[in-house]
Amino acid sequence: MILKDIQKILEAEVIVGDDLLGEDITIACGCDLMSDVLSFVKPGALLLTGLINPQVVRTAEMADLRAICFVRGKRPAQETIELAQSKSIPLLTTPLLLFESCGRLHREGLSGCSENKKKIK
Amino acid sequence: MTPDNKISRIQELVYEIRIGEVMQSDVITISPQTHMSELRKILREKRISGAPVMDGDEMVGIISIEDFIKWLADREHDCPISEKMSKDVQTLYADEPLTQAVNKFERFGFGRFAVIDRQSRRLLGIITKGDIVEGLLKKLEIDHYKEEEEIYCRRVEHFFEDILADKVVLLFQYDVAGHDFKRAGEGASRLKASLKRLGLDPQIVRRVAIATYEAEMNLVIYTDGGQIRARVEPHEIFVKVADSGPGIPDIQKVLQPGYSTAPEWVRNLGFGAGMGLNNIFKCASKMELKSVVGKGTQLYIRIDTKDGAMSETN
Repeated sequence: MILKDIQKILEAEVIVGDDLLGEDITIACGCDLMSDVLSFVKPGALLLTGLINPQVVRTAEMADLRAICFVRGKRPAQETIELAQSKSIPLLTTPLLLFESCGRLHREGLSGCSENKKKIK
Repeated sequence: MTPDNKISRIQELVYEIRIGEVMQSDVITISPQTHMSELRKILREKRISGAPVMDGDEMVGIISIEDFIKWLADREHDCPISEKMSKDVQTLYADEPLTQAVNKFERFGFGRFAVIDRQSRRLLGIITKGDIVEGLLKKLEIDHYKEEEEIYCRRVEHFFEDILADKVVLLFQYDVAGHDFKRAGEGASRLKASLKRLGLDPQIVRRVAIATYEAEMNLVIYTDGGQIRARVEPHEIFVKVADSGPGIPDIQKVLQPGYSTAPEWVRNLGFGAGMGLNNIFKCASKMELKSVVGKGTQLYIRIDTKDGAMSETN
């Protein structure tokens, strides 16, 4: 599915990256621990998280993630937004909780990073 | 681009670019009741050479510096602008190509044209010859920039292939400030961008980036700062991360996944869960950690460029 579909499913608002809503996304990861994101996430994934500091964007940059969606209605400060903008990483925010966000996306066919590994094998 | 190419590119551009793209859209308008004697001040202050004359929403004429000079030369009495403006208002549509504007400038010899919307006929802007030249130059400059960027990327991507030597080594160094959580990751980010430009395999670049980023986070969290040095060779990327204290008392312990001495504030930011070194180990082909309490710590990360997506999860 594309990021635009994800935005609809999660009733999310786009904070930055309106021009990147056509990006294709097939896997996602929901996590608040950045070290675990760096360890387990696949390139091209969407990250769902409740953390909003600039290191979330740095993590996405390092791990080649395609987009970040903040859950629980969180909104990052300007420095996080600016960093995302400069790295072309779209930021969304949804009022849903992490579990519900993941559940909705999984039901609609988005797979997790470990499922994807099995598929490759 | 050869000079001939450039000329034909300009010819293309006058058909490609729309008037709306180069016009000035924040138009200064003047009311027909304004007096000629006030015109000089307006033109000078707004740094314009003419302006559309608007009676409410309707454009009733155009007044220019030429009209003002003529009025001065004729030594006439002060009067409303409506008496001296040119009422024969020629307009252009915003969606017309530039060539249309060029033709009209030639045909009428005016200094400026009002630009209107084809449907609503609302005034959208004003266009002068200067705007056309500026618009063309900007577009040519963008073309030129894109061309240079392409050449640059092509040149860099074959960097290693293009260099003829028995041994090629590139060195990068990044200084990392301690405890500056906001800027943490800048070093790893810059190293990643540089490796990408060298055209290295994206999986390799990603592994180097993640390992370096985790190491950089450790410098920021636990030390007063340090250096990241990367040595890039065709067969291997070697990253050395060093600081000058406080050092690690028990190396075996910190290598255990989940062991951490990170303060609460670091954990709240999503780090410090004792997974950093473990992550680095997973990304590396070889990793070595040396530390002396009170002196400092050195972390050596080697990533074999032939390994590709070696690590299971990364």
